[in-house]
Amino acid sequence: MPATVPLAWFLILSAVLFSIGAAGFLLRRSILTVFMCIELMLNAVNLSFISFAHRWKAVDGHIFSFFVMVVAAAEAAVGLAIILTVFKNRNTLEIDEVSSLKL
Amino acid sequence: MNFFLLTVLKAVIIIFVLLTFCAYLTWIERKVLAHIQLRPGPYRVGPHGLLQPLSDVVKLITKEGVIPANANKVFYVLAPFLAVATALLSISVIPFGPEIEIFGIKTQMGLADLNASALLILAISSLGVYGIAIGGWASNSKYSLLGGLRSSAQMISYELPMALAIAAPLLIVNTLSFREMVAAQSGYWLGFIPKWNVFAGPFPQIFSFLFFLTAAFAETNRVPFDLPEAESELVAGFHTEYSSVNFAAFFTAEYANIVTICCVATLLFLGGWTPLWPAAYGSDYVPSVAFLAVAAVMLYHATQPLRFWDKYTYPVFGLIALVFAGAFQVPLLKPILIPLFWFAAKTLSLIFVFIWIRGTLPRFRYDQLMKFAWTFLFPVALVNLLITGLLVALT
Amino acid sequence: MDGLIFLTCAFIAVACATNLVLQTHPISSAISLVGVMVSLAVLYLLLGGEFIGFAQLIVYAGAIMVLFVFVIMLLNAGAERQYKRSVWVTVLGVPLLFGFLGLVAYFIQSRVPATDTVKFGAWTGGSARDFGRVLFSTYLLPFEVTSILILIAIVGAIVLAQKEID
Repeated sequence: MPATVPLAWFLILSAVLFSIGAAGFLLRRSILTVFMCIELMLNAVNLSFISFAHRWKAVDGHIFSFFVMVVAAAEAAVGLAIILTVFKNRNTLEIDEVSSLKL
Repeated sequence: MNFFLLTVLKAVIIIFVLLTFCAYLTWIERKVLAHIQLRPGPYRVGPHGLLQPLSDVVKLITKEGVIPANANKVFYVLAPFLAVATALLSISVIPFGPEIEIFGIKTQMGLADLNASALLILAISSLGVYGIAIGGWASNSKYSLLGGLRSSAQMISYELPMALAIAAPLLIVNTLSFREMVAAQSGYWLGFIPKWNVFAGPFPQIFSFLFFLTAAFAETNRVPFDLPEAESELVAGFHTEYSSVNFAAFFTAEYANIVTICCVATLLFLGGWTPLWPAAYGSDYVPSVAFLAVAAVMLYHATQPLRFWDKYTYPVFGLIALVFAGAFQVPLLKPILIPLFWFAAKTLSLIFVFIWIRGTLPRFRYDQLMKFAWTFLFPVALVNLLITGLLVALT
Repeated sequence: MDGLIFLTCAFIAVACATNLVLQTHPISSAISLVGVMVSLAVLYLLLGGEFIGFAQLIVYAGAIMVLFVFVIMLLNAGAERQYKRSVWVTVLGVPLLFGFLGLVAYFIQSRVPATDTVKFGAWTGGSARDFGRVLFSTYLLPFEVTSILILIAIVGAIVLAQKEID
């Protein structure tokens, strides 16, 4: 077990989490799970910012991460309101069934 | 001594004391409520019902644990675990006294001292919502789901005024760490008025104290905000379907939350472990005098026994009180026991206020409760924070 | 010791993330996501980000995910219907995913110099004091703009979710 952790490991963890989030986003059918995969991707990006802030010893990375969190909160609020409206109108939570604009 | 070993030892002591205190808090609550309602309370199990918590624990552990049909087993078992875990985590950053030295080992009285302890308390109380929400949902019952949803909505609504009420004294002491906060509140004006945050600074934080207590009642689901678990309204709210050890876990978590919030209020507003008047004017004798008074009352009642066992139990209680009174004067134990006494006295007074209000006030209806949070408490806490900030910036 | 802590947190994060993608019921996914967030908050705290670690717990795990759990309970979302997935998806997809992740790891490892190491506790500049100082001086404009963004989000959410006035 190394006494110091290479920075690359943090970035690899961030990339792995982002890929898992992207895979879930493309493969899942329930709209809520798709939304949660988006949040997972945002978290992975936050980890990247904060590891680089540690590397360059600058707190600006933390500020950026804070803004990502704030934007994620706003997006979650509006997105869940939209999900509620879609459920009220279509009575389904599967994204494949919201397809009335398809040819 | 090895830091790791010392921390483990402290953790064991603190958790043991906390859990025992939570069990006896149920006894205190039942006794105080009973005397408010002019009845004796638990009486038979042990002298004055002192063994009642023990018998409750034995009963709860030996009861049959029933998992309702169609309940989600994983979450049904996970929910009380989450509740207890978050309740016990927040006790880890609470300091109980200054730095002490026992047998040559210097250590802080308290498990951890973070630079941002106040933020940890807020974070853990935010995570405490999950135990209740998941517990209510996993029971697969209408009452539980409704109680769980109402309770979680109430808890997150009152988190905001609580955070604002915490932020106001933080502006005055200029730090997030509890130890530095208590250090900033030590000292006296005019030689005898303590510099606590309720009296302090450009704007006395008495309003923040009241808002914090109000939000604390809602966060811990106590009367007057206990509709989610009221017996007459929702059977028992989110813990309807829980029995035996799982129910004991929720119960313990609730009382541990009460203790934690009272400790936080003591540290933020009432000056932690600093005495009410300086030691130069004799405040070191207050604990001994208090215990001597208790011993006098016990021994007086021993001379006039009402029931059969009283002539044995009362003298024993009196002797124990005398031993405590003497212990506070031993010079070796004084620096440990006296700050602990003041901290415990303030926290216990706040816990008594919690129980007192439970016995006195009726409960809010759910929509009144939510309206109170969003239309009254949140704006007023915000205005309080703005005034405090303005006055701190101007001086 | 640092490596052990990092590997534990990383393992928990990846396990919870995989659980999120593989579970059928949204509630299990939500609790797994909370697990990811808590392990990431621990990593942030170790990297010197005191404020941002606790902010992650308060805002992300304590408010946003509670909102998710609420919506799942309100909509009574059930487990997803299982569609017949062709076996080729699993046979090709999983190895391709691992290959892609391996490629990414190799690429990152080769680009970041090996001397860039992280020692937990080496930098403590992420305290609330330093964070607030920079937030309210250099980044004041983005701060104000995001507060307006949150206001827009609140108004939008209320408008979208209210009952229709007939």
